[in-house]
Formats: sequence, structure tokens, C-alpha cells
Amino acid sequence: MSKNTKHVPVQHIIGFLLSIVLTLLAVWAALGSNLPVAWIIIAIMALAIIQAGIQLFMFMHMTESSSGGGHVPWNMMFHGFVLAAIIVAGSLFTMSFGFHHDHGSHTDHQEESSHQHD
Amino acid sequence: MQLDEFFVTGEPLIYGGMVSIVLVTSAIIFLLTYLKRWGWLWREWLTTVDHKKIGIMYILSALAMLFRGGVDALMMRVQLAFPNMNFLNSQHYNEIFTTHGTVMIIFMAMPFLVGLMNIIVPLQIGARDFAFPFVNAVSFWSFFFGAMLFNISFVIGGSPDAGWTSYTPLAGAALSPGPGQNFYLMGLQLAGIGTLATGINLMVTILKMRAPGMKMFDMPIFTWSTLVTSFIIIFAFPILTVALALLTIDRIFGSQFFTLTGEGMPMMWANLFWMWGHPEVYIVILPAFGIFSEIIATFARKQLFGYKAMVWSMILIAGLSFLVWVHHFFTMGAGALVNSVFSVSTMLIAVPTGVKIFNWLATLYKSRIQMTTAMMWSLAFIPSFVIGGVTGVMLGMAAADYQFHNSYFLIAHFHYVLIAGTVFACFAGLVYWYPKMFGHKLNERIGKHSFWWFLIGFHVCFFPQYFVGLDGMPRRVFAILPEWMPLNVISTVGAFGMGVGFVIFVYNIYYSYRYSKREEKGDAWDGRTLEWATPTPVPFYNFATLPEINGRDAFLSMKKNNETTFDEERLEPIHMPSNTGQPIIMMAILAFASFALVFEWIGLAVIGLIGTLIMMGIRSFDYDDGYHVEVDEIKKIERSARGL
Repeated sequence: MSKNTKHVPVQHIIGFLLSIVLTLLAVWAALGSNLPVAWIIIAIMALAIIQAGIQLFMFMHMTESSSGGGHVPWNMMFHGFVLAAIIVAGSLFTMSFGFHHDHGSHTDHQEESSHQHD
Repeated sequence: MQLDEFFVTGEPLIYGGMVSIVLVTSAIIFLLTYLKRWGWLWREWLTTVDHKKIGIMYILSALAMLFRGGVDALMMRVQLAFPNMNFLNSQHYNEIFTTHGTVMIIFMAMPFLVGLMNIIVPLQIGARDFAFPFVNAVSFWSFFFGAMLFNISFVIGGSPDAGWTSYTPLAGAALSPGPGQNFYLMGLQLAGIGTLATGINLMVTILKMRAPGMKMFDMPIFTWSTLVTSFIIIFAFPILTVALALLTIDRIFGSQFFTLTGEGMPMMWANLFWMWGHPEVYIVILPAFGIFSEIIATFARKQLFGYKAMVWSMILIAGLSFLVWVHHFFTMGAGALVNSVFSVSTMLIAVPTGVKIFNWLATLYKSRIQMTTAMMWSLAFIPSFVIGGVTGVMLGMAAADYQFHNSYFLIAHFHYVLIAGTVFACFAGLVYWYPKMFGHKLNERIGKHSFWWFLIGFHVCFFPQYFVGLDGMPRRVFAILPEWMPLNVISTVGAFGMGVGFVIFVYNIYYSYRYSKREEKGDAWDGRTLEWATPTPVPFYNFATLPEINGRDAFLSMKKNNETTFDEERLEPIHMPSNTGQPIIMMAILAFASFALVFEWIGLAVIGLIGTLIMMGIRSFDYDDGYHVEVDEIKKIERSARGL
């Protein structure tokens, strides 16, 4: 970001190392820890958000003036979020077939699959 | 693994294919050695980062793929015209309709259009290359190796046979064991890297590298269509990447995302596939719209009617393209609410598309039309595409779709939009920009022969399919009922007409190379946009000096003011990127890894992936900043090109 880091990109190296550490933490949380499933999911989500932040601020020029002080990346991210919303909401809407699955006789599809993880 | 499991055996047609592959490869190797052209090939083509050369390689590969997909199509048509001849058995037929669809969409339509974008977009906006020339080379080689990987499947390992949509559970490991489906997954994944990178590359190029003074709404319409297309690519292709990865993990490592057992959701594949797949059809149709707009404005000798409406309707189409995917599987059995929502959004797309049709008609209205070959393709596009579009609205009605679904009515519909839209545009664009690429026009007389053969063949082939579809003939069958015979025979005759048209087109390339008059000026058609301001052949740096742009149809006003892109007073050294062999090596290694993964040789695949990572590392420490072209050299090149 600043001019003097042109040849030794300190920030990139720190970001790279942090990313690796965070990823290893997530792997440990999923495979090595004895946390309850809900906590594992929360932990991975939190780590993912931190990692996304590292990507945006240490690699993606979020604060550079040449990207309009972050205007350009925010613009693209807005579209990304909209699309992610379409994918998630649209898939739920479509794959529910527009029916309710809680008729009592059989349990909800997604609940069943999350129970299997325990 | 035995050798007879590795190679496909027992099919005379495939043995023929093997022999011809060996013959063609040895002929190429012999010719290159005999003419001592290996060094030339490596220096001038394989290591190039020049957007024009990469574009030409895209188009050549796409023409080869058009040939391959076309042969597949003709084989299917022969089988359907003579179903009792046992020309193809059911397995072979399944493989051929699968590869036909995949090759035509992924390895023909997209690369052809990307090739034209590669060559033309930087020229239209006054840029000297792409924003990331290295990445552009990586994109091309990833597409090329992806295409090769997919194409080799028919002689090694066996072709995929689950349709180009590769629906699960059929495409899963349980019902399609063996390498076939893996070829599909890895070929598309590899080519997808390139497409995604090209989308980013083109978007940055268009946003950041326009000539001084060129505002967004001054850009030529083809550049606009490219920008909108890259937007769709960037947002749609990651969905395909994820879907392919999930299915790969399912098939190779035994996960259960799309399986019937183990709580998988097979229809989730269809859902994800079409979330990419529907935007994908706009990825191949919007650039076609752009090409037709350029050609119609040039040969109607008028400014494009309703430029802003054209741009906004493209943006609207792009947005809507992400909201209609369920119309590809209305018959999944979703409830009335789900289907109605997507039915309405589907029909909405007809509105901006209709706006575009009327704008083209208004551009033509009261103009003096020049009947060149490129213009004839464009004029033929309008009514043909409308037929495809109107039947598309019919298919968009969910209730009626239960009748049309998976019938030849659908086949006729999407061939009407994809051939009349995309393929006509590829031919028209190639004819139109050919003098810019190769320094001479394609012969007009032969070009018109090829046009008429292809156009009439196209209608004879696909118009009957609407009716045979309404008569109940389903798609993807290799045997048919007697009452469908007459229309199928007519269809086959038409398909061969299109084949003749294609052969004449290719012959025209050879004929024009031999006999066409060489272009002396860069402006072959009295054009309106900036690409015609460059001399022919286009110097590798494109523009010696960049013109100041104010308004649309930049070259038109330059011609009025007697400006050129060679202003001797303003010459400065030009910074250009160096050629590099890294892209082709990197992607060859990745292709090796993909090939290993197809056969589930995990050790080899890991070695290939490590090799790719090493290549990326080498690239990261590559401090080559390119070189400068000196003023004297620019003067020399420009003077000889302009005959000064």
C-alpha cells in the first residue's frame, strides 16, 4: 500500500502467514477438537470472516485511493452479496419445491442431515 | 490397468478417429520439422502475450471444435434418418450427443466469441493490450488444454455419456463408473479457469484502459456487450466451479452431495448447474448482439438507433439472466408458486430482447444497406432469432412446458437461438473483422455461397424439429417411431446443407489467403469505430499515439478531422510486455494433473498440482517488467504500414 513496501511486501507476507494460521485453526476445529458441532460451525464462520477481512485489507486494495477509497471493491462486493443472496434464497425456495415439509409424520430434511454429524 | 481399458476398443468409427488423430499429428510434426518452423511456432505463437495473436489462436481452436461438434451432429442426424442401419449403438449415441453439446457451448461458442473480443476490444477502446497480458495467455492455454482433455476422451477412457447437463444421479459414480464423466468434470474445470480469468481481464481492461476522453457511454456497442458479458462470467462461473468440484469430490473421493443414498440431493446439481447455465447462454448471446449491432450500423451507414436503450437492455438482460434458471427444470415437480415465479421472470426477458430487435430494425429503416456477407448473416439473424425467441416464450410457460419439455420442440428452440444468434454472429464477426486480423478480406462471392447453404440448411434442419417435437419425439433417443421418419429425414438433409456451408466457409479462408486483394489501408469497410483507425497489419503495439475521443463512433469523427493514430510530434516510447513460455508450461502441467485425476491416479495428480504451484512461485518472483519500443522503431513500422 505504501510506496516503500514495493520490494518487500511486508503486509502481504503477514497476511499470507495469518491466512495459513487461520486455515490450520479451522482444520483443527473441524477434525481435532472435541467441541460441539454448533460451536465448530460458529468457530469456522468466525475464522472465515476474519480471513475475508485479511484478504480485503491486506491484499485487495480496499483502502487505496486509486480504487476510489474502496468504492470500486465495495461496488463489486455489493453485487457479490446480492448474487450470494439469490443463490442461497433461490436454492432454498426452489429445492423446497414450494411445499412445507413439516407435516409431523416425517422430520425436516435438513435437520436430519445435521443430526447425522453428531 | 490394462491397455484395452485405457484405449476405447471395439468401435470401427473410433478406430477411424484414432487413425486420423495419429495421421494429422504426424503430418503437423513432419511439416513443422521439414519447414524448420518449431522455433517460429514457439517464439511467435506459443509464448505470445499479444492479444491479437491469442485471439487468432482462440478462433482457430474454435473452428476446429466447430468441426468436431459438427461431425458429432452429422453422425446423430445419420443415425436418426436411418435408424435401422445400426450406424450408432445406443451407448455411442449417448456419448455423441453429450460431447456435441459440451463441445459446441464450452469449446466452440465461448472461445470463438472470446477470440473476437480478444482481438477487437482493445482496438475499439484504444488500448495497447489487455490489462493483464500474462493472464490472458494463461486463460487461452487453460481453455486449450481443457478442450484437448475433453476431446481426447473418445479414444482414451471413453466419452462422457450423461448429456451436456451431466445430471445427477446418472452422472454420479454409482450409475456412471469409469473415467467418462471425470473427463467432463476436469475438462470443464480446466477451461473454466481460463474463462473466469478472461472475464476479469476484459472487465479491468474496459474499465481502466480506454483512450483518453472515451466515456462509458462513448464505447462501441461490442465493447459494451463484452463488459456486460464479463460481468456475467465473473458472477456465474464460480457457481459452475463449485458445482463441478462438488461432483468431482462425489465421484472420486466418495462424498454424497448429489447421490441418491447418503442424504444427497441429486436435483441440487440441476439447480446449481442452471444457476450457471442460464447466465451462460447470455454469455454466448450478448457478444453476438454486440457483433450484429456493429455490423448493422456499419453497413446501414447509420448511427446505431437507440444506443442507450441497447446498452440498458443488455444490462437488464444480464440482471434477469440470474433470476430464471428454474425454467430449465420446471418438470422437476416444484409447486405452482415456484414455477410461476420463474415463468414470469422468464417472460420478462423477452422485453429487453424485443427492444433490441426493434432498435436493429430502426437502424435499418430508410438506410442504404450494403449487402456484404457480414451484413447478410446479420440480416438473416433477425427473423431466425425471433422464431427462436417466440418459441422460447412458449417454453417459458410452466404449464405448457410439461408438454414441450425434453422434446424436439426444445431442441429446435435452442438451436434457433444459439445458431441464429451465436453461430451466425461468429461467422459474421469473423468475416467483418477478417481484414483487420489477416490483412485481406474473405471472398464475398464464395462467402455468400457459404451463407446461403448454411442458412437454408439451418432452417431445413431445425424448422421440422418443432413439429416432430409437438408430435412427441423426445430428445436423446437413437431409435424413432415410423411416423417421425419423414421430418427426420428432411432434418438430416438440412444438417448436411449446413455442413456444406461450413466446408465452403473454410475453403473460402484458403481461397482468400491465396487470391484476395491485400488491404492497403486499415479501414476495410469504411468503419465507424476505433479498431479501423489502426493500419493493416495492426502493429503489435496497436496505437502509435492515442487519439483524444469525444463522442461515439470515434473513427468517423477522426476521419472528418483528418486525424490518425500516428501523430509524429506526440510519439513516445511504448511500454510492452515480454513474451513468456510460463503460461503454456503452467497449464500443460495442470492439464497433466487433471488427466491423472480423470483416471483417479491420485499420486500423479498431486505431483502435477505441486508442479503447478512451483510454476506459480516462479511467476511470483519474475521481475520482468517488459520492454520499451523506441520512437525510431515506431516511426519505421508506422511509415511502412501506412505507405508514407
